[in-house]
Amino acid sequence: MHISNGIIDGPVAAVFAALALAALTFCVLRGRRDLDDRLAPMAGLVAAFIFAVQMLNFPIFTAGVSGHLLGGALAALLVGPWVGALCVAVVLVVQALVFGDGGVAMLGLNITNMALLGTAAAYLLIALLLRVLPRTPTGLGVTAFVSALVSVVVASQGFVLQYWLGGTTDLGGNLAGLAGTMAGVHLLIGIGEGLITATTVVTVAKVRPDLVYALRALKPAVPAPAVPVAGGAR
Amino acid sequence: MGAGHVHVLYRESSSPVHRLPPEVKIAAMVLFTVAVVATPRAAYWAFGGYALLVAAVAALARVGPRWLLGRALIELPFVLFAFALPFFGTGERVDVAGLSLSVDGLHGAWNILAKGTLGVLASLLLAATTTTRDLIVGLDRLRCPQILTQIATFMLRYLDVLVGEARRMRVARMSRGDDPRFLWQLRGFAAGVGALFLRAFERGERVYLAMVSRGYTGRMPAVWQGAGAATAGQWAAAATVPAIAATIAAVALVLT
Amino acid sequence: MIGYVQQPPSLDVRGVRYAYPDGHVALHGVDLTVPRGDRVALLGPNGAGKTTLVLHLNGILTPTGGTVSVGGLTVSRERDTLAEIRRRVGIVFQDPDDQLFLPTVAEDVAFGPANLGLRGAELAARVDEALAAVGMAEHRDRAPHHLSFGQRRRVAVATVLAMRPEILVLDEPSSNLDPAARRELAEILRGLPVTLLMVTHDLPYAAELCDRSVILDAGRVVADAPTLELLSDERLLAEHRLELPYGFVPRPS
Ligand SMILES: Nc1ncnc2c1ncn2[C@@H]1O[C@H](COP(=O)(O)OP(=O)(O)OP(=O)(O)O)[C@@H](O)[C@H]1O
Ligand SMILES: [Mg+2]
Repeated sequence: MHISNGIIDGPVAAVFAALALAALTFCVLRGRRDLDDRLAPMAGLVAAFIFAVQMLNFPIFTAGVSGHLLGGALAALLVGPWVGALCVAVVLVVQALVFGDGGVAMLGLNITNMALLGTAAAYLLIALLLRVLPRTPTGLGVTAFVSALVSVVVASQGFVLQYWLGGTTDLGGNLAGLAGTMAGVHLLIGIGEGLITATTVVTVAKVRPDLVYALRALKPAVPAPAVPVAGGAR
Repeated sequence: MGAGHVHVLYRESSSPVHRLPPEVKIAAMVLFTVAVVATPRAAYWAFGGYALLVAAVAALARVGPRWLLGRALIELPFVLFAFALPFFGTGERVDVAGLSLSVDGLHGAWNILAKGTLGVLASLLLAATTTTRDLIVGLDRLRCPQILTQIATFMLRYLDVLVGEARRMRVARMSRGDDPRFLWQLRGFAAGVGALFLRAFERGERVYLAMVSRGYTGRMPAVWQGAGAATAGQWAAAATVPAIAATIAAVALVLT
Repeated sequence: MIGYVQQPPSLDVRGVRYAYPDGHVALHGVDLTVPRGDRVALLGPNGAGKTTLVLHLNGILTPTGGTVSVGGLTVSRERDTLAEIRRRVGIVFQDPDDQLFLPTVAEDVAFGPANLGLRGAELAARVDEALAAVGMAEHRDRAPHHLSFGQRRRVAVATVLAMRPEILVLDEPSSNLDPAARRELAEILRGLPVTLLMVTHDLPYAAELCDRSVILDAGRVVADAPTLELLSDERLLAEHRLELPYGFVPRPS
């Protein structure tokens, strides 16, 4: 769902660019505190991973939209919401500058949907679910799956909102159709994304629990006896 | 871990465009795209002007039309969106070859096709003439926060690692009799994706630690950032492209 | 050393303990002193904690207990101290591919000194000097991944030498080298005027290069003596899963 040049009109794109810039500035300020020797290579890998999976594009011929994995939930889980949003944003900037994937003038829109909305929705859910679910691999897996699924659908609705505000062609009543198609398609994509996110995060948590930001940052609400996510002696 | 400084789209050459410092190319490309997007869609002649401008830069950069158009297929997914618009658009309709199409939708499709394609061509030209390392140097000189350039540096480096590890794991799976057909491999892939991630991380972490051991603190030292930052002359030379584009856009805005 | 002003040892490790984040304790209180100018071999079976110890020497890992000092400066998390420690301790990692990451050999060798703030002619001189020391001067503009493994290992040593370290730490320098490359590297290392700590399983290599050896096993120092003495003690070697190659008889070289 990389929006290319000309789909949304200039003024709306400019407003979202300003919005994205402000939000990213905030993320940079907060992210600097998080980024230490452990998080820096992890942030790079998360970005590379997202870059790679976003290459898998599923065109939806009948509806004329395309979808792919987004990676916001994975980023939020592994490097936290601030650095996570920056990782997705870096992916989008490089894709736009070098590959022409997503218009450069539409970067604000794309960053808002995928880097900001996607990651924020994911992290809010992660924060909630990790507190209520048991601290087991299953609990973590469910958290990852659900947050990935929801974040993808939320991000897709960001595009619908933007189209409603500034789509270059008036779709009239068909806008609801667009919303429905986007949601439906991204529900399917979200299942794939949920599975990939859950497998990846659970594997990482089993072997190197220290690498999962969410497990470090979000201690259980009730100070329960620490149950390691997995015994990891190597 | 490979050289990681060139990417698939880079076209080795010493053309004048290649020699421009990266920051001026990035700035020129972004401004050009903004001018294109700001142009009213009915000003058809303006898009012709932009296309000529792109062709001129491509010729200067010694990038052939065949390569450029082949690579431009990346925008296909959104071209599909453009083709859907004439069917779903509202308002006045016309009959074309027995199909009832929305006029507004047709205009919208043209708008997306023209602006999308020009944007893709512009970024392909940037990619063809700039190595990834220079790209990051350029972003750095354009005052992009260090945390972002650092993530970008590692991202590009890890892409090589990911591809390399994935290939090795695939060979290992196939040598043990995994089905080479794509869908079946997907299962092996799903099971292996977590392991792939960890392997790539630990490999990259070792590289990172080796860098840190040599005094790396998040920013690549400035010595080999190619030639120095852009001179006023280079800024002026590169500014011709966005300046012409902006003039075309302004005229188009006034005329329509 | 009698009659000289007492210099702080190049390396002084005191009671270092370390537990990995998953709870696995890799070091149980390690003591090790390397005086300036000495060459010491650190021996031990797989999983003994050798690499873990090496990562403590320049503050990549922070000990759970104990201290590490380099030339009298104690390693801490403080920024300036850390930068100085990383200048003083040159670590050559086990896999040269982890160490070399830039497009050309010369750029990679320049990376460290450039991080120290060197520029221009001074930087170029450092690069040339380091490459000459390992005999790789004519390969300066080649891509590291086009070099042979032995050549890459030598470039890796040069990348660290270019920082003029107080102590050079090598993790398994002889692994994966053919006999000729192994000998060439030994000659280079012997000719370097720096303190050397060499982690290895290669006992003849230790005997050839280092007068003194330390055996680390299960996170503890279990022996610290002249190399020849250690290598002649078959029971000690067998106890710690160390083996001499068939037919090798340790004797002064
Ligand atoms: N990241 C890690 N997390 C948890 N445990 C680890 C980690 N790295 C190493 N260990 C454990 O710490 C112990 C010491 O490992 P280390 O790598 O220091 O051994 P080594 O002596 O260098 O072995 P080798 O000769 O095989 O290189 C081992 O038991 C290992 O399993
Ligand atoms: Mg080791």
